[in-house]
Amino acid sequence: MNFSIIKRTLGWILIFEAVFFLVPLITAAVYREREFFDFLMSMAICGSLGGLCLIGKPKNNEIYAKEGFVITALCWIVMSLFGALPFVFSGSIPNYVDALFETVSGFTTTGATVVDPNVGVEVLPRCILIWRSFTHWIGGMGVLVFLIAFLPLSGARNMHIMKAESPGPVVSKIVPKVRTTAKILYIIYFGLTLIQFIMLICGGMSVFEAINAAFATAGTGGFSIKNSGFADYSSYIQIVVTVFMLLFSLNFNSYYLLFRGKFKEAFTIEVRTFLIIVAAAMALVTLNVFASGTIESFGGALKHSAFSVASIISTTGFATEDFNLWPSFSKAILVLIMFIGACAGSTGGGIKVSRLLIMGKSAGNEMSRMLHPKRVKRVTMDGRVVEDDVVRSVHSFFIAYLLIFAISLLIVSLDGESLTTNFTAVSATINNIGPGLDMVGPMGSFTNFSWWSKLVFIFDMLVGRLEVFPMLFLFAPGTWRK
Amino acid sequence: MNVIIVGCGRVGCTLAEKLIEDGGNSVTVVDMDSVKVQELTERFDVMGVVGNGATHTTLLEADIKSADLFIAVTNSDELNLLCCMVAKKEGDCQVIARLKSPEYSEEVEYLQDELGLALVINPEYAAAEEIARILRFPAAIKIEPFAKGKVELIKFRLPEDSHIVGMSVKDVMIRYKCDVLVCTIERGDDSYIANGDFVFEAKDIVTIVASPKNAKEFFKIINYKGHSIKNAIVVGGGVITHYLCEILDRSGITLKIIEKDRKVCEELAGLFPACKIINGNATDKELLLEEGVKSAGAFVALSKHDEENILLSLFVQEVCQGKLITKINRIDYDNVLNRLELDTTICPTHITSDVILRYVRSARKTRGSNIETLYNIIPGEVEATEFIIKERSLIAEKPLSMLRFKENVLVAAIYRDKKVIIPRGNDVIQAGDAVVIVSKRTGLHDITEVLR
Repeated sequence: MNFSIIKRTLGWILIFEAVFFLVPLITAAVYREREFFDFLMSMAICGSLGGLCLIGKPKNNEIYAKEGFVITALCWIVMSLFGALPFVFSGSIPNYVDALFETVSGFTTTGATVVDPNVGVEVLPRCILIWRSFTHWIGGMGVLVFLIAFLPLSGARNMHIMKAESPGPVVSKIVPKVRTTAKILYIIYFGLTLIQFIMLICGGMSVFEAINAAFATAGTGGFSIKNSGFADYSSYIQIVVTVFMLLFSLNFNSYYLLFRGKFKEAFTIEVRTFLIIVAAAMALVTLNVFASGTIESFGGALKHSAFSVASIISTTGFATEDFNLWPSFSKAILVLIMFIGACAGSTGGGIKVSRLLIMGKSAGNEMSRMLHPKRVKRVTMDGRVVEDDVVRSVHSFFIAYLLIFAISLLIVSLDGESLTTNFTAVSATINNIGPGLDMVGPMGSFTNFSWWSKLVFIFDMLVGRLEVFPMLFLFAPGTWRK
Repeated sequence: MNVIIVGCGRVGCTLAEKLIEDGGNSVTVVDMDSVKVQELTERFDVMGVVGNGATHTTLLEADIKSADLFIAVTNSDELNLLCCMVAKKEGDCQVIARLKSPEYSEEVEYLQDELGLALVINPEYAAAEEIARILRFPAAIKIEPFAKGKVELIKFRLPEDSHIVGMSVKDVMIRYKCDVLVCTIERGDDSYIANGDFVFEAKDIVTIVASPKNAKEFFKIINYKGHSIKNAIVVGGGVITHYLCEILDRSGITLKIIEKDRKVCEELAGLFPACKIINGNATDKELLLEEGVKSAGAFVALSKHDEENILLSLFVQEVCQGKLITKINRIDYDNVLNRLELDTTICPTHITSDVILRYVRSARKTRGSNIETLYNIIPGEVEATEFIIKERSLIAEKPLSMLRFKENVLVAAIYRDKKVIIPRGNDVIQAGDAVVIVSKRTGLHDITEVLR
């Protein structure tokens, strides 16, 4: 294990975090809020600790798969540990575990909150609100990808970091160089965020609100700065947000291909399947909600159903309506699409459409092999063979994911909340969505859970964002053996 | 530069590594074998495409349209040619093909002109040329010609009984008044760029720059026992051997070739009647002794297997005083090989990647100078680069002692008006000169990079 390079990367992460604090710092200065000094202090702590870690040259720059995983997991943990400081310093969320929950929820683009629903988020200072939204934006594309794009980190093996941080079963480059690939992804990300910001401004949102909403949508996060979420905004804004939630849950490589004029290649089977699932879920929920009379106008039913489906499947977690009150069929659909999640290579969470496709196809192959034992069949996607290694890793991902889900559910159940609450709470955190049903519904919060449950949720959120393995390797004894 | 490499074998792999190290190159590798492609993309920062490099779908996927250079180095000559033709049609790029078979080697010019190939590389022929050079001048481990052969870079191992052992570089130069320049010294795993105070030790591997005539004199002066070779035993009748026979035909060196395969033997015997072809297994000790390995002037191990070559050379080293040349294709274990003191080793893969890299670098136009030749003195550590100096270069028209060079940089030779100057402090570089720079900084693109 190359400890010196790990230390160095962690140092850079802290320095970057100090730079990230500039955003709330400037906000606090603009609105003349006293939390300015809390952010300044957090910034000083991160900056000086980061600087300390950068002293001395690393003996070697080699990053192998093992280091890639460990660096990724540790970076996210360290970033969250320090990102929680301003919440505690400012007294907005005085309890450190709560503050950590909120920060991890931010970075992992979950959007689950511990702010008491009876108090609401509107009492929080604006600099704290923007820090919450900004953590979504940083976490969406991944801070290490950012590091690769803009830092002279060692050469070829950076791919191991990118693989560990980027969502999806296979991570491929779109251009030969890792660094250029990372830059292109960030440019797409930044561009889309900017377009959404402008469109929200056109819809009459204030600059502050638009920035927050754009950050939270881009990262498919879900922190809102209003107690009522998006319920009070105009239909135009709700539709814009719906569209952008879906846009950010498509594979970013597709945008690059579209840009290069390769329309056929851009609409991969994953993107097509995702769009079909979205359309079907929206139609079913609309009909169900309209027929049951929960929402009386068809237009309203369509709008709210579309918003909720997009919000859940993109793993954002915004709300315009309390879907807790919808009929069971609609709730069942929403819970099911929680697990499907977005496309690989997007900012969204969940199991990912491509994994489900691979698992479905491989299950089909197995069945046909039972009928024709000599039959040779391989899993293909977009006319290409999916290597057996990938199929195997998708299967083990799924098993590990289910195990973590089960264990988390058991521990959380000790708190004594209802099964629906516990099940959807674990699902909402491990899939990085945010709201679930019952107590943790769109208008609820995680505040009533005990501290150990919150720690479990924190772990689940990181597991979900980093896709299981990096977090598990941290606890494997073999990883740390010299 | 956007480079596409078709074929992820040893040559392709080394090339990808070198091009990435060189900086500024975006490399895409193409191969039919997905395992090989994956291995490469994991080791280096390159993009991998699985598919047949001769189909235009695969090439489009590898983005041939924006490629500047296309290199086909698969195992098959025909496939390489086909790849290059398709690439030429699809994209606007320079194409380089590897051709190893002797049939095509006679048609290189035709192929280059008619198919528009920028460069044809023949690793086996290049290796044979290098072997021939060394057989003619056996004191050296390696000889690399610069400035069209007027200057040579010669690498040799200092024998224990040489009387310059224990003397400093400056003393040797003053005492023997010879016009050579000591460039680098390798001792164990370390390498040094020589300065005047460096003291020679036995078994050092020394690299000098000199004209061929001066080099011969230098070896006479330092009492290096290097007699000319009259006969050599070659193990293996592969393509390199074939070329070697061609090059050494009527050169006064008679070759004895030991080859297992009777058919190959008969073919060689038909083509080169002057060579003695022995049909037998070279790993048979008795056979080697019977064929007079003890009195052979040189022993060249060119069999297919690196291990066999190394083992044979180690055995022959025990019984024979002659020159040893060992072909080694895998290059991962450089330091171990160095410790074995195998005398000369030849690596066709390295030769190939050097040639291509030289082409890539010189293709990048620089303002003040152009790279003419490039040679790895110590792979990955020390390079010798020959620049052609253009007008208005920062380095020109000033005495060398006035220029501030970076550390570990040496101006090794200046070639002007068909004369070689071994530079001293008050020499001046002029526009139009060919200048050989030896430096520990690898990947030079412009001569001004060596200045502070």
